[in-house]
Amino acid sequence: MLGAMLMAAPLVWTLLLSLKANSELMRDSGTAFSAPYTLENYRAVLQGSSAFRWLLNSLIVSTGTMIGVLILCSLAGYGFARLEFPFRRTLFVFVLLGLAIPEQAVILPRHQLFAALHLHNSYPGLILPGLAGPFGVFFMTQYFRAIPRELDEAAMLDGASRLRIFWKVLLPLTLPAQATLGVFTFLAAWNDYWWPLISATRSERFTLTVGLASAQMNYAQTSGLGFLMAQAVFASLPILIVYLLFQKQIVRAIAGTSGR
Amino acid sequence: MTAGRPARRLEGLAFVTPFLIVYLVILIYPLLMGFVLSFQRADLFGARTFVGIDNYARLAADPVFHQALGNTFKLTLLIVPALTVITLALALALNRPTRGAAWLRGLFFSSSVLSVTIVTLIWRFVLTPDAGLVAEILQAIGAEPIPFLSDRNLAIPALAVTTIWWSIGLPMMLFLAGLQQIPEDIYEAAALDRAGRWTRFWRITLPSLRRTVILVVMLQTAAQLQLFGQAQLLTAGGPSGASRPVVLFIYEASFVRWELGYAAAAAEILFMLVLLVTLAQYWAARPREGE
Repeated sequence: MLGAMLMAAPLVWTLLLSLKANSELMRDSGTAFSAPYTLENYRAVLQGSSAFRWLLNSLIVSTGTMIGVLILCSLAGYGFARLEFPFRRTLFVFVLLGLAIPEQAVILPRHQLFAALHLHNSYPGLILPGLAGPFGVFFMTQYFRAIPRELDEAAMLDGASRLRIFWKVLLPLTLPAQATLGVFTFLAAWNDYWWPLISATRSERFTLTVGLASAQMNYAQTSGLGFLMAQAVFASLPILIVYLLFQKQIVRAIAGTSGR
Repeated sequence: MTAGRPARRLEGLAFVTPFLIVYLVILIYPLLMGFVLSFQRADLFGARTFVGIDNYARLAADPVFHQALGNTFKLTLLIVPALTVITLALALALNRPTRGAAWLRGLFFSSSVLSVTIVTLIWRFVLTPDAGLVAEILQAIGAEPIPFLSDRNLAIPALAVTTIWWSIGLPMMLFLAGLQQIPEDIYEAAALDRAGRWTRFWRITLPSLRRTVILVVMLQTAAQLQLFGQAQLLTAGGPSGASRPVVLFIYEASFVRWELGYAAAAAEILFMLVLLVTLAQYWAARPREGE
């Protein structure tokens, strides 16, 4: 099928370039279509470059964001779905309104706020913005609402506290939702570009996205096309693995958003 | 039971408070500050003076901003209809329980998990005239390489193609999910009526997918109005601003020229545009009579 070829061609091209010696590509990038191929560029990425450091930063930031979102949204989702407190409905609507706020409406003042708090070039500075999105709260609230109330009422009669019911009875039932929200949060944090671009200005705090952008901008001075492409392949491997492992959750979550 | 009531009621608040604090400090407070900032002149050192609607007046007269706004609309108009049609066609073609179809769905979705930096890195060396894939193919058939990224008429289409390649996965999956929800018996009834493929598509499939189409168009419109990374990395908005979208304008005004108030005003205008699209989606997707 023509479409599949058009889709795959850029990926194959990248892979081919990454397997060629830089000197050969300098002469003519058309040599990428023929042997000899080499793993030299990958060796260079693994040895000399900052890519490992950036990979580690991306892992820390994405995992931190994911854990933070799961904790905050599970607590809030349970609260909004099950408990009575003053202004509950108003607060829920107030949170949902946040879904309509695009990033560029807040990113500038947030940059100043984080500067005043000395949070730039730090892991909390990279993680915190990812925790404020209201989608997870909406998602978890819907999920908690779908669990039959008889379950908590039975536990309540046994004298269990709210926190205990939440932790022991309901939370284990939300595991599929946790997986879906977790994967999506991880992907979004991993691929976020604008915020880390302006918040992490020092190379040792770059995430992979920002690091690769800087490598791309300095392309003329770097060690060559093959090396750059090997870096791109290296950088996309972790996320492609996450995608392959969690394909089911991703597809199910997308199907869920289009429902109704 | 009644004795513990006030405490019980506050218990509920305790569950939602941690999120609310983060939400207020990191989303709502900056949103309000941005609004205030758009009526100020501010510099790098934090000096602020109120200037009323000066920033907005300046935007209204700034040809660079007009150009950026025009580019954003062009990109959105190029990307959204093409993406909608392509992904709907793909979903129709791949809505089969075979292994091959599953494999192709995986291929078409795979680009969407890549970050914008990887996507632009890949496409830079597909499009660049001195080492790109397209240039190699053109040379192989004896044609001249085309400098897509530095030609003022080709930069925006190049960005559009890159973006379509990158964003194809999500709408395709949304359409596939929509197709799964159409009950089989409608098609069986249509088959009895000897309805052709086209009739079935126009009379059954498309009307059943109405909400998905609206969702895809609106999500993509909101996303493409905010297109940023591709333009910053592939063309840097050039040549001479010919492919600079509004978000890149905001980025340059704030983090390159440090005109914070001016950038904030531009951000507010884009926010209003995105908000309009979001509201239009709710309006268009509202349940109609008989549904």
